Amino acid sequence: MFEQQLFNALTLGSVYALFALGFTLVFGVLAVINLSHGAVFMLGSYAALMIVTQFGAPLWLGLLGSMLVSGMIGLVIDVMILKPLRARNAPHLIPMIATIGAAIMLTSAGQALFGAEIQRFPEDFLPAGEFTIGEVHLRVLELGIVAIAFLLMAGLFLAIRRTQLGRALRAIAESPRAASLLGINVEGLFHVTSFAAAALGGIAGALIGLNFNAITPVMGQPILHKGIAVIILGGMGDIRGALIGGLFLGFAEVMSKAYLSSQMGDAVAFGLLFLILLVRPSGLFGRVLERKA
Amino acid sequence: MEWFNDFWSTYSTLVYSVGVHALLALSIWLTLSCGLLSLANAAFMGIGAYVSALLSVNLAWSFPLVLAAGGLAPALVALIIGAPTLRLSGVYLAMATLAFGEVLRVIVLNLDITGGPEGLNGIPASTEGWHIILILAFTIYGLHRLSHSRVGRAFEAIKEDEVAARLMGIAVERHKLFAFVLGAIIAGVAGVLNAHFTFFISPREYGFENAVDILTMAVLGGTGSLVGPILGGSILTLLPEVLRFLHAWRGAVNGAILILVVLFLPTGLWDPRRIRAWLRRRRESTP
Repeated sequence: MFEQQLFNALTLGSVYALFALGFTLVFGVLAVINLSHGAVFMLGSYAALMIVTQFGAPLWLGLLGSMLVSGMIGLVIDVMILKPLRARNAPHLIPMIATIGAAIMLTSAGQALFGAEIQRFPEDFLPAGEFTIGEVHLRVLELGIVAIAFLLMAGLFLAIRRTQLGRALRAIAESPRAASLLGINVEGLFHVTSFAAAALGGIAGALIGLNFNAITPVMGQPILHKGIAVIILGGMGDIRGALIGGLFLGFAEVMSKAYLSSQMGDAVAFGLLFLILLVRPSGLFGRVLERKA
Repeated sequence: MEWFNDFWSTYSTLVYSVGVHALLALSIWLTLSCGLLSLANAAFMGIGAYVSALLSVNLAWSFPLVLAAGGLAPALVALIIGAPTLRLSGVYLAMATLAFGEVLRVIVLNLDITGGPEGLNGIPASTEGWHIILILAFTIYGLHRLSHSRVGRAFEAIKEDEVAARLMGIAVERHKLFAFVLGAIIAGVAGVLNAHFTFFISPREYGFENAVDILTMAVLGGTGSLVGPILGGSILTLLPEVLRFLHAWRGAVNGAILILVVLFLPTGLWDPRRIRAWLRRRRESTP
């Protein structure tokens, strides 16, 4: 049924977009491909689960908590790892490799702390109920996921387009040095960006965990690949591109699973990606910004 | 010799892996030395491994022929995708080559001839220790000669400043393609050697993580000289074994070590200049 698949695609796509948004934000502002974003996503998922099951807190508190916990992790990574590398002007791939180290560490810590087996939210914590429009079943849970994802994304868009903070961020994305000369607190905004990006990644993890109700320490890896696909597709560092790319990927994945074999769909998506890169290396919306690191 | 036989029966696979990883690290070192941040080496390794395994299993080709085919097949692929891909620079090239690897992985996952997700089994154990040593030695010698040749200096010029290199009359595109193809051959041969001592290959071994692992080996060891990648490849192979006693926290310590090296040894573990300075200081302090 096409309409049902469309709704499923919207749910999945909105979470992909949320994840990719954090990823692309860090690339746009800090010029770092942060490969620990998947691990942060996984820990955000566990944070929500622990807050809900261990402390018996309501779900909304769990989601808020997952943003805070993962945001703090992102902040720590920025202060302890990326900041010293910025200070000595390390070339592009060096911070990327450092974030691989962080990803290995966090994934292994997740495994050691929570065990390798799949964990689930208790059923009675999840909002039950669904609406039926024609033949389409809209679960309240999924509607909630889409609403939260779009609210957060809208919030970020407004913050970047309309506020003083957003203007400063855009200036830094253009040139950190010029921004610094204009009196913008560049280091402080790097920290803010890292926190916000990780918080978005963390809540994306919690939402995916809720959607499939399965949380494992290795769930960060496949989404990281998808995040990379999304930001290539949308243009690296481009926020609008991350939204459209995320929705597109969710759409491609759900539709290929429904109408093709699940694996060949991935091949089509990545093949398309490879082609886009060859024709338009900057992605569909991006501009190639040559910046000497 | 008793102890040696015991040691060898337990650790021969590990020793073989060190050699193969050293080759892979050298293959990415070559492209890095030309200023190309290509992450296609895991994919080239996979092409070499699959082509050679299919020839060995289905057609029973002899090992030298298999080895040659496993080196040439990725070279051919590199030649084809090189022209459009190498126009990209920096992170964009890294992303394009990663995407290429993913496409290839998903294709292999879906073909019948490659065994799909189950991979290929029962590959003859043709790789001997001396094969690896000989090929590694030959590669090191070849790369050493290359880096001190006209071509090697051209690579360095391109890496430092592409525009300036072009203005000096260096054929930038041709040199880049050469580095790319040569790197693919080395990675492909490493794939052949690996497939013929592990008996078993599957698409999982040539994906994103492995591509990034290979880069990590080279950068961890240091890209300033040929010693660095070999050192980095060896350490990243041995480290998980050495840290086995940490059980579940092994990965955490592994990651921490990686971060510490990147933070405190910016030029990698092996930096000839730093080591020379250190030796000089020691000589001065002990008259």
